[in-house]
Amino acid sequence: MWGAFLLALVPLLWILWTVVSKGGHLLLDSQWWTNSQKGITARREGGGAIHAIQGTLIQGLTTAVISVPIGVMTAIYLVEYGRGRLAKAVSFMVDILTGVPSIVAGLFIYALWVTTFGFQRVGFAVCLALVLLMVPVVVRSTEEMLKLVPNELREAAYALGVPKWKTIVKVVLPTAFSGIITGVLLGLARVMGETAPLLILGPYSKSIATDLFSGLMPTLPTMINQDRTESLQPAVDRVWAAALTLILLILLLNLAGRVIARLGSVKK
Amino acid sequence: MSSVTGVSIADELPGPDRRHTLGGDGAGTGRLGDRLFGGAAKGAGIFVIGLVSLVGAFLLWQALPAIADDKVNFLTSREWSVDNASNLRFGILELLWTTIAVSTIGMLIAVPVGVAVALFITQYAPTWLSRPAANLVDLLAAVPSIVYGIWGLKTFVPVFDPVQSFLKDTLGWFPLFSDAGISGGSTILMVGIVLAIMVLPIVTALSREVFAQTPVTHTEGALALGATKWEMIRVAVLPFGKAGVISAAMLALGRALGETIAVTIILSTLAAGSDWTWSVFNGGETFASRIANNAGEFDSPAKTGAFIAAGLVLFVLTFVVNAIARIVIERRKAFIE
Amino acid sequence: MKIQRLGLVASVALVGSIALTACGSDSNDPGTSGSSSSSSAASDCPKGGTLNGEGSSAQKNAIEEAISSFQDECAGTTINYNPTGSGAGIKQFTAGQVDFAGSDSALKTVEKDGVVESDAAAKYCGSPAWNLPMVTGPIAVSYNVKGVDKLILTPEVAANIFAGKVTTWNDASIAKLNSGVTLPSEPIKVFFRSDESGTTENFTKYLKAAAPDAWTTDPGKKWLGKGEGKEKSAGVAGAVKGTEGGITYAEWSYAKDNKLGIAQIDNGAGPVELTGESVGKAVSAAKADGEGNDLRLKLDYATKEAGAYPILLVTYEIVCSKGKDAAKTALTKAFLTHFASADTQKGLEEIGYAPLPDEVRTKVDAAIAALS
Repeated sequence: MWGAFLLALVPLLWILWTVVSKGGHLLLDSQWWTNSQKGITARREGGGAIHAIQGTLIQGLTTAVISVPIGVMTAIYLVEYGRGRLAKAVSFMVDILTGVPSIVAGLFIYALWVTTFGFQRVGFAVCLALVLLMVPVVVRSTEEMLKLVPNELREAAYALGVPKWKTIVKVVLPTAFSGIITGVLLGLARVMGETAPLLILGPYSKSIATDLFSGLMPTLPTMINQDRTESLQPAVDRVWAAALTLILLILLLNLAGRVIARLGSVKK
Repeated sequence: MSSVTGVSIADELPGPDRRHTLGGDGAGTGRLGDRLFGGAAKGAGIFVIGLVSLVGAFLLWQALPAIADDKVNFLTSREWSVDNASNLRFGILELLWTTIAVSTIGMLIAVPVGVAVALFITQYAPTWLSRPAANLVDLLAAVPSIVYGIWGLKTFVPVFDPVQSFLKDTLGWFPLFSDAGISGGSTILMVGIVLAIMVLPIVTALSREVFAQTPVTHTEGALALGATKWEMIRVAVLPFGKAGVISAAMLALGRALGETIAVTIILSTLAAGSDWTWSVFNGGETFASRIANNAGEFDSPAKTGAFIAAGLVLFVLTFVVNAIARIVIERRKAFIE
Repeated sequence: MKIQRLGLVASVALVGSIALTACGSDSNDPGTSGSSSSSSAASDCPKGGTLNGEGSSAQKNAIEEAISSFQDECAGTTINYNPTGSGAGIKQFTAGQVDFAGSDSALKTVEKDGVVESDAAAKYCGSPAWNLPMVTGPIAVSYNVKGVDKLILTPEVAANIFAGKVTTWNDASIAKLNSGVTLPSEPIKVFFRSDESGTTENFTKYLKAAAPDAWTTDPGKKWLGKGEGKEKSAGVAGAVKGTEGGITYAEWSYAKDNKLGIAQIDNGAGPVELTGESVGKAVSAAKADGEGNDLRLKLDYATKEAGAYPILLVTYEIVCSKGKDAAKTALTKAFLTHFASADTQKGLEEIGYAPLPDEVRTKVDAAIAALS
């Protein structure tokens, strides 16, 4: 069993070592955190990743803002209200949504956003595709946390004549709060590293762009994708550095999730 | 309790106090606030149903005309020639084989290793180590798939190519291991191994939560009867966690089937009309990677329809896999109650 | 109570990202390429604006250099180019998603799949769409065979290799062309582009034109020969680099960057090495074709001219002849003028492309000036 554990650690350490050793030096340069890639070609060194970091954060945040209410409300329905065939159907649909391949989500939004409505490929379209991928994660983790809330709390509230919705908002949700946040952050980590829908919906740009509704919005995955087919050293270095930045960003979110979970875990 | 994969086992087990949470409208009061809030929750649920139906309907709407125009059998043909709208010839056999082959290899590695790691974390590791160990394995889930792709292509595959050549030389007489002429190791086998690494945290996270739920009475009973640790695991922990492990494997399989970018980056594609081989040392394309390879050139409805039809099969495939996982979970729930 | 912490977390995240937004900078020191500010284009810089282009990956390195030097000259302007492939570029152009498309073949005027590309583009533009030849470059037949520094191929032999009919390096047909070279008996490993690509189309056009008997399939973006597919030019070039006995077709710059052997091509007038000079000779023999300002470059793939390297690729920028937005049109004109200028074109030579011949360049300039 020790062997299996060590075996599982090998790829982890190997990946981290590869990424750090090949891209780490760029992250030490303050330029990486303050500049974009504007005007930098595959042949030239320099420039930073701030445009892509911003794009990834903005898209991630927007995706979360849309997904969390839908996901949490669906979970509340499943745990607190849902019984019977509708609830079973919702639960099953969430499972299917978990299994929707990310490239199919991208194709679907492209058909809807560009082909049907004739809109431009903007950051917001990417967010919509990511919502499809994030909602099931939020539903599942929230569901789990709501189920951990002891029934005594609910019963006590009802006994005091508190309406059901108030019980949920004031008692159940706050009790499960930290767990829900953890789930949201983990879901966010998942969608921020997603690449396939961005290939279809999110063209890359080397300049800073923060408007979700017009222009091309660069992200870390598309930055990696743009230069990963280059064989020139400056571009290769940047690919690994962008990969490391993305991993660090996701790790940071995971860490935040764990800290929040530890600080206020559900009291039993 | 939550895992980095977002996968939940909560619906497998009744609440911690072995009772169902209060549900239904029994506790509702019929007041306006309740009706609004309950309605909003129900609305969110219905929205999810609508969303999935919309995705399904979209896939059907785009794919069906192309499938109807298909001049060869969609399910059993190996051809893929969609440039001429009046003579569409496409079949999914090769894509299906590659998709299933890479996922199966991934599962064959990820499930045993994942279960072993989960057993290590829950049964063998000293208490101080079990939590950090779990977190470390979960870290694998924090690596984005595009990073797995470039790491796989540029670092992992070159290192393992000699191993692969050795296998080819010694086991080449067996059809699964025959030399298919793919160079540099960008083969189905290598992609399978990389996928195994990617889904390992899913298998581990879910299995370890099920194993941790093994009733103490079972484990202590086994030990009291003189069982060794391994015997105890065999008679108490594994049977208890079997269904959980199966559903973990199914969820991981669902992820592996749909993985796009890592497969696209690593796997060599085959020229049209290449000879059929069962070899895992062959190249190929999965459903997702063929869509990704060609997504830039969807320039006519017929052509797009052909690729979406492939996406539809993938959707159905993941649907079936997830449905199996759900049925296994439901059965287990009934068993525990 | 605790629910307020949700707001706290959200606002911390929001403030964090806004703070990040505030300190980013788009200004990178102009490097060596920024020194060409003496070019004529600098005088009429538009004030700011953004232009989006998408398409051919063959011109990626060329257009990146042009964009970089243009942005240095005209501060405040932003040009984005996504090298997703020629077909994708045309598709996004006709769907109104980008301002110009880069394509390795001019818009097709014949119907394919019920769509005539040039009509679809004209329909979107509300005016004819023009093809402007902008970047020309050779396709290198690149190989990796130990001990073979010089390899001569005729179109027929090349076609047979890429069609899978010649399978070992010491095949009699190759040996006959390369007397004095010790060819190993190892198998030939052909690599092709797994994505649909203009490079594939141009290379198969060459094979079909120069060796019609040996290469029987129709030229197209999808590879119809034999071999093993790799993603993009860097993929095939990288694969040949790592594979003893490998051979592929890729843009010159990728062959150079990966230090691959480049075959000399014998079209019938003796073997021609791939050099700036031999490419220039072939490109200058190219004729401008097309009506009025809608330019097409006609290449003579089967050329028997001595010292001209025949396997060439042309990338067109596709634009609306009458723009929809005056500011964008001004920016498009300024950028394309800069791209077509003698200075920029000359700079492309060192990164594996060939400058447009002057005769063609004059016509392109006139067409750009006629954009409105």
